[in-house]
Amino acid sequence: MDLVESILSIAVFAGTSLIFATVGEILTERAGVLNLGLEGMMIMGAVTGFAAALHSDNAYVGVAVAMAVGASFGLIHALATITLRTDQVVAGLALTLGGTGLASFLGQKLGPGGSPLVGMTGPRFLRVPIPGLSEIPVLGEVLFNKDQLVYAMYILVPLAWWYLFKTRPGLHLRAVGENPQATDALGVNVFKLRYLYTIVGGALAGLAGAHLSLAYTPGWTENLTGGRGWIAIALVIFATWNPGRAVLGALLFGGVNAIQFRLQAEGTTISANLLNMTPYILTVVVLVAVTLFEGFRTRVGAPAALGLPYNREERT
Amino acid sequence: MTTLKFEKRLTTPTYVKWSVPVGSLMLALAAGGVLLIAVGVNPFTAYGAMIEGAYGGRTALTETLVRATPLILTGLSVALAFRMLFWNIGAEGQLVMGGVAASGVALFLPEAAPSIPQSPWVYLPLMGLAALLAGALWGLVPALLKSSLGVNEIITTLMFNYVAILFYQYLFTDPWKDPAGFGFPGSAEFGQFAWLPRFSGRLNFGILVGVGSAVFLWLVFSKSKWGYEIALIGENERAARYAGVSVFRNIVLVMVVSAGLAGLAGFAEVSGISHKLQQGLAVGNGFSGIIVAWLAKLRPLRVIWVAILLAGLFVGGDQIQITLGLPASISQVLQGAILLFVLGGDIFSRYRLRLIRGDGS
Repeated sequence: MDLVESILSIAVFAGTSLIFATVGEILTERAGVLNLGLEGMMIMGAVTGFAAALHSDNAYVGVAVAMAVGASFGLIHALATITLRTDQVVAGLALTLGGTGLASFLGQKLGPGGSPLVGMTGPRFLRVPIPGLSEIPVLGEVLFNKDQLVYAMYILVPLAWWYLFKTRPGLHLRAVGENPQATDALGVNVFKLRYLYTIVGGALAGLAGAHLSLAYTPGWTENLTGGRGWIAIALVIFATWNPGRAVLGALLFGGVNAIQFRLQAEGTTISANLLNMTPYILTVVVLVAVTLFEGFRTRVGAPAALGLPYNREERT
Repeated sequence: MTTLKFEKRLTTPTYVKWSVPVGSLMLALAAGGVLLIAVGVNPFTAYGAMIEGAYGGRTALTETLVRATPLILTGLSVALAFRMLFWNIGAEGQLVMGGVAASGVALFLPEAAPSIPQSPWVYLPLMGLAALLAGALWGLVPALLKSSLGVNEIITTLMFNYVAILFYQYLFTDPWKDPAGFGFPGSAEFGQFAWLPRFSGRLNFGILVGVGSAVFLWLVFSKSKWGYEIALIGENERAARYAGVSVFRNIVLVMVVSAGLAGLAGFAEVSGISHKLQQGLAVGNGFSGIIVAWLAKLRPLRVIWVAILLAGLFVGGDQIQITLGLPASISQVLQGAILLFVLGGDIFSRYRLRLIRGDGS
């Protein structure tokens, strides 16, 4: 019981940043924009969030800065793909490559007096047990003895689901990604919505990065995100573009992380290098499984206009 | 109301063809300059030092060509796959697996098969072949998953990078670690028969492998039916199917060659530079290959020149790390900025901006 509790507890903790990033990417992709810059936005959020928290001595300032930086990267992606109609795949890759480089650069410069950030400790989010709820056996520890950002995630997921499937703006959002021409004809501003949700997706990616550098593994190290942005992009497919299902996927990956930790804590003889492969192999396995189980209807739930630039004057 | 509007160009004038990419490059450098000013460095000093460090003098130039060698091969690898709109982001992992396979041959074949003569004439082709096959195999799995099940290749090729890098780190820190290495991680040094001959400094025959591959791909694209099929699939997959082109076969074939080229880059790195399997093989050449390929507009011969330019950025970046104490990752930032600005600028060669006066409707 103890083991299950500790694994589930870490799974939720480790899955939180994945959920933020995945939900953000779902919103962006639902609007028809593929954002492969997620990894770059996450790592930029992580480094700037940590630096801002360090200098202001306030973790919330860190979160705000991380989200603002993520949002501005989202804005760049929107500008490149929506206005300048560049290839969404390559623009996203450019952002990830540039973002990773910039994060590494800033990581060596943003410490006090232009010193490196590596090895510094700053403010962070600590566990805040929710009175009453946290005393429930097992579930209390797993769900209600966490930091504030995890609690924010509990609110975000149902909210995103409700917004997407039950509200009028949510309907517009889905319509823009399915059939921008028809949506435009209805008087919805396709460009404005695509900009909006690309920026929102970026902000959530920044938040995801902030949870890593301010709560999960507090501090800054090179390559802190370790491909989580890419895993989140795979989770969007796993989740069939539904925020609710994203939670399942993120918990699965969080659980794998947790088991890795347990094994290492218990002094396993398996090399850490081999053990660390599991999330990446799992991503591939999960993608293959989704494709198989959904009965070869590939791209189930994928917005029909995903990845296509919208141009009022051209028929597609 | 006055609005700005993009209007499609019917023809692109020559001055636009040149001025747009050059202007984009300048803007990217200006963006990098803002960052440099922010950290208190004069951008002109920094860029001057970078150019000096990369192209000023014989030593600098050879080092730039050394850095360009893997970039040419990964750039070609990406260019081939992207021509078909197969998003192979896995050149990094394919390069690493190629390096691992070449190292495996150099380290263990002499003992396993002592009858094989220990001569470069025998060993270098064997290592190259092993690297080609290992890279190809690493690319084959995502290719098969894509062509048979439709699994998103961006994610699979990318995940395979992480697996390959961890596998290679495992090898040189554990089973392949040199017992006589004083505890330092890394394999034993290869015998001299497994070294690519050098021209000058660290510049070796690897660059000929790169240039040769570029010519080969150029021939494929411009002269062969296969090249035509690849372009057709990239332009319009449905039309290609109607024309009787096998998309399945082409995905597999293109990925085998594409990943094989990246594998060759790994061979050139271990056999031409490090002479052992150690840290430093996975330094992002696979990812930079994407930038090289795109800036070269997926054209094989242009890949060579773009690779040399980008390599200059890296060598120059290393230089200003030493002289100005700037993080070498500045070159990575500039890379991303250049790609982004060139991408964004491209619309100005396809469209022109028109100022429209009036009520707009």
